[in-house]
This record gives sequence, C-alpha cells and structure tokens, in this order.
Amino acid sequence: MTDSTDIYAALTEIFNDVFMADDMKLTPTLSARDVAGWDSFKQIEILVAVEARFGIKLNTKEIDALKNVGDLADVIAKKTA
Amino acid sequence: MEQLRWLPEAGDWRARLRAIAAADDAWAAAIPLANTRLDFVRTNAVDEVVRKRHAAAPPPCIGTKPVRLAILGASTLAHLHAGIRVAGLRRNIHIATYENDYGQYLQELLDAESALHGFKPNAVLFAFDAYHLTQGLHAALSADDVDAALEDVAGRIEKCWSLAKDAFACPVMQQTVLDVFPALLGNNEHRLPGSRSRFVARLNERLRARADALGVDLVALDDAARRDGLAVWHDPALWHRSKQEVRPALSPSYGELVARLIAARQGRSYKCLVLDLDNTLWGGVIGDDGLDGIVLGQGSPLGEGFTAVQEFAKDLARRGIILAVSSKNDHANAMEPFEKHPEMVLRPADIAAFRANWQDKASNIRAIAQDLNIGLDSLVFLDDNPFERNLVREELPMVAVPEVPDDDPALVPGVLADAGYFESLGVTAEDRERTAQYQENRARDQLRASATDMEGYLRALEMRMVWSRFDTVGQQRVVQLINKTNQFNLTTRRHTDDDIAAIMADPKSFGLQIRLADRFGDNGIIAIVIGRMLEPGSVTIDTWLMSCRVLGRQVEPTTLNLVAAQARALGAHRLIGEYFPTKKNGMVRDHYVKLGFTRIAEAADGSNTNVLDLTSFEPAPTFIHVVEGSSP
Repeated sequence: MTDSTDIYAALTEIFNDVFMADDMKLTPTLSARDVAGWDSFKQIEILVAVEARFGIKLNTKEIDALKNVGDLADVIAKKTA
Repeated sequence: MEQLRWLPEAGDWRARLRAIAAADDAWAAAIPLANTRLDFVRTNAVDEVVRKRHAAAPPPCIGTKPVRLAILGASTLAHLHAGIRVAGLRRNIHIATYENDYGQYLQELLDAESALHGFKPNAVLFAFDAYHLTQGLHAALSADDVDAALEDVAGRIEKCWSLAKDAFACPVMQQTVLDVFPALLGNNEHRLPGSRSRFVARLNERLRARADALGVDLVALDDAARRDGLAVWHDPALWHRSKQEVRPALSPSYGELVARLIAARQGRSYKCLVLDLDNTLWGGVIGDDGLDGIVLGQGSPLGEGFTAVQEFAKDLARRGIILAVSSKNDHANAMEPFEKHPEMVLRPADIAAFRANWQDKASNIRAIAQDLNIGLDSLVFLDDNPFERNLVREELPMVAVPEVPDDDPALVPGVLADAGYFESLGVTAEDRERTAQYQENRARDQLRASATDMEGYLRALEMRMVWSRFDTVGQQRVVQLINKTNQFNLTTRRHTDDDIAAIMADPKSFGLQIRLADRFGDNGIIAIVIGRMLEPGSVTIDTWLMSCRVLGRQVEPTTLNLVAAQARALGAHRLIGEYFPTKKNGMVRDHYVKLGFTRIAEAADGSNTNVLDLTSFEPAPTFIHVVEGSSP
C-alpha cells in the first residue's frame, strides 16, 4: 500500500482510534502542537498502531526525524514501497 | 501471545465504544467489549472510557473484591496500567493501579508517609527490569564475584517482598526477569560467569525457589518470552527511547498475566472444560462416519492433532480441571468412541458430566453446571463450530468460549493455554483426585437411588468426619477454599495466607479444617470454620463454609457439634453466628436458625445475627463418625 490516499485514510482511522474522535482531519503539516492531548504517550500509541497496521518497523532514526503527519506518511510510503 | 487470540473480534468497535460511554452502568456495559480481541490502542480507549466513570472506586454491587494494585519498578511502567485494568474488567474485577515515582520504589516502601503507603494497596507487583537488576555486572567478573552479586540482588528483592508484606499484609507478585542480553560466548554461554544473560537465568531460578518458600506469586515474563520469542515482548530500541522494557503492544498480554493471577487469588479461575465432540475431539461426525470413519490418532496429521487436544485435556484433568462433554449426538453414538476407539485418550472415566442429545448447547451447559454443582462462570466451552460458540456467548455470557484457530486442532492446546482460563497458584492433593471424586459421587448417587429412605442411605454411606486445627500442611487448601467458595459461605470473608497464620497463632481463636470420607472414598477438605472469642464467654463464627457436594449429608449439624465443643473448650457459653448476603450465598440465609440458633438481629440488607446458648446445647445425633486427625 504505497498510494498516498490509502495511507492518509488508514492514518485517519488510527488517529480517530487514538484520540477517540470521529472526525480527525489529517494534513501533512498537522503536528503534536495542533492536537490537544497529543503527548508522548499518544505518540507511542500512534506508532504502535502504524507498525501493526502497515506491518512495518520504524527505526530510531526514522522516529527521531518525525515532525508531522506528512513525515509519517512519507516514511510509511517508503517502507511499504 | 502477541494478541489475545482466544477472544473474538469486536465487530463494530467504534459504535460499541460509544455505547459504553452512554450507558447507565458503564462498567457492566464494558465487560463484553473487554472480552474481545483488544489491541494496545483499543485497550487504552476502553480503559479511558471506563475510568471516566469508575476511576477510583468500583461500581456498587460488583460482587468481586476490588483490587488496589501497586506496581513497583525502576523503569517506565505507565504503558502497562491500562492493560492490567482492562484485563481485570474482563473478569469483572475492579483494579485501581499505582506506580512509584521513577526509580523510588525502595524509598517509598520504607517511608510510611509516602504516596505508596497513602494508596493503601491490597496487592503489590514488583516489575524490575533486567537492566536494573544486572547493574555493575560485566564479562570480566570472576565466578565468586558473580555469585556474590546474585546473593545481593536476590536478597534485595526478598527484602522488597518482606517490606511489602509487613506494610500492607497483602499478596505479593514478582515479575520474573526478561533475558534481554545478547550472548557473549554463544552456545556455551554458561561457561562465562560474568554473562548477564546467564545471570538472569540463575536469578529467575532463584526467584522461583524463594517465591515458593515465601508465598509470593510469579508473573512469568521469562516463560512468556521463551514461548513467543524475546522480540515479541522486548524491543531494545524502545528501551533506549523510553525505558519501556515490555513493548507497549504487549500491554494487553501483560495485563492478562497479572489479572489472571489476581483472579486466581480471588478463587475466580475456571474449573471445568466442556468439550464438543465432532471435529473438536476427533475429525468427522461420529453419527455419520461411524467408529471406523472418524479421524483420530497416529497415521494422520489431522488425527494426531486431535490426539494432542485430548492429551492436553487429560493433563488438565490430572491436575484438577473437571472435564465435561456437550455434543449434538445420540448418546450411544457419542459414547461409542470413548468406550471402543483404540486411539481415544479420553475414556468415560475422565468425563464428569456427559450430555449428548439434540437440545441446544446453552441448555446442556446449564445442565452440566447443575450436575457438577458449580457456577456457570467456572465453565469454559470448546467447540469448533462458530455458530455454537456465538449461541453460547449470547445465551450464557458468563461462560468462557475461546476462538478455535483456523480449524486446526494442532493449535488448540496452545490457544487454551494462552487464554489462561485455568490459572492456578498450586496443585493440592484434592486437585489431583478431583475426577475420581466425581466418579465416587456417581457411585453415591446410585446408592441413593437404590436406598429406600434417606436414613438408610446415610447409614449405608459409613461416613467419617476427620477434623483438625489449621496446620501448615493444609494451609494452601484452606486459603484456596476460603477464596473460592461462594455459595455455602456465611460471611464470604476472603482471608489471605497471612490471616490464616494469624488465626493459627491466636490462642483465643480456632480454625477447623474438616474432611469427609465414606465407603466410596475421601471427599477431601469439605468444610472450614473459624471461631474467635471476641469477648469473654462468647465465640463468634468468623467463617463457616462448606463444599456444596456434601449437602444433605448431615455435615452441618455434625460440624456444629464440633464447633460447640471447641468454643466450650475456650470457656465460651454462647456462640454467635452471622450471615452476610452476597449474590451467591442465598442458600445459607437461614443456616443458623435451622441448626437451632435464635435470631437476634436482622438488617435491611438481608444480613442476620443468631445466637446459640452453649450451656443448654445438646449435640445432635448424626450418622457421621467424628475423629480428630488429618488423614482419612
């Protein structure tokens, strides 16, 4: 699954689950600063869910480089290519 | 167990979560959802929704003992709380959790003013990470240095146990240590004294021996990682990032390991495995394929898989789990393989209740619970057919119904073991003899059917009541019975090991363990009574409980004779008997009045207090011969 639309659709579901919402609007520039409750604990939840959903494992460098949803979508696209 | 694979998928997850948030009784509404295959994120979501309503205190009328669990360790454990709490919810046990300030477990244990003491835990879990416990170890150390280090670390852990027990007088759990360390020598790692990996193995061995000696229960993380692979439980990158030794994704599984221990301590483990037959114990349909046509045993991979299922069930029975059968079949057809098939591992004598007919399975499972005189909530139902599984889940939500993976019998034992339904803290002599006891019960039933009157039946049983004061030999069984007896239990006080030790040491109390034997065999310990002289001349019965399988055999009046004699020996002239109602003990509401006590008080909640004047009490004549001793 490398298609960007599919990745954003899956990420939206994950974010809805993690933040217990129905209507998260994900954009490439969305980051922890913009979302209430997006703390280090939620960050781990997101990463655990992403790894399970896409069957990938993010390494330390990749996680350290994440700044927003766009970075996350890019690394998913790269690893599922 | 990366996933809770024995639980069914949630279906429309988000709608179900919303329904809980909106429910009047969020706790009760959340239990079915907790019994689905929740991953880390969903576990946290259920936890969050339930905690909005029941964070500090459990809902009223929960019917189980609320747990206040202190989790003590030296690394990040916050990601494990929700897993533990939701695994409690799965079992209708409310668990409030506490975690020490980072690294401060010893200080908090020692300081009576600490937040830990303020939390007032009634269960403590030590969850030390491998890095913390192997600090200072390195490959250049001599064997003597490493031996000394092992003594030191094991000693410090034991010190924590005794501090916790002294401070809180509660059950203590110890997580075994994960071997997270790469090998330095290789295959013969054990030849390098300073190997941290070897040190962990030796420490775990030591913890097992010491935990048994000191009454501590283990959370066997090392066993889990050995079965699943270390990488399932531990990710070194996450350790370096956030000091999480257990991967967050494994939080639901970790919670399971802890909560099933807590449930076992409360006597809430399952007791009986109800087996379907066709395509569960053998391949094919006995009614269609016949004795020669069913697939079972050597020579066929599928047949060997079914043999493995039977062998697993048989071993469960050998250690105290009751086996029963529920099958849609003609009785004679269903019985035939048990009697005649050469490859059958299970035989008629292994099955305590056998229901093969054309009624629906829920009705048959209800009948099995009645036959065996156990609660529906102690049954596990194994069936390959998804329709039957769903029917039973709908009709009898208190019965555990595991998923059966991929239609492959080879995987069934592993799933049943992962599910942990039968978690037990030890094996008693009674456990080993349980199947035989149910067989003996059948012989008794036959005698009763042939006896023309009750008196003739009771006389013909040739019963002997063998009693003794509590002793260390019987203590494990006494605690087990006190914590799992729900129906014939006047006060439902759940005493711990330490409470029992205190009763043994108190000259103004007596604890009686009572066995019943007859011509068909020994029933084991079937009743427990604790009396306490709370004021001079007056003994209050703190605990009176009895196994329901000896109902109607004059055990109650015979026990009273014994209790009266013990109370008189303490100098008492009256006995006080109290009844406190629970959801399950309505059958003993009038127990004391039936035995000749006078009711002196009755409260609005249904509890009552009764008194017996010992100066005028005459022991009732019964057909039970009473002897003091500890073996039948």
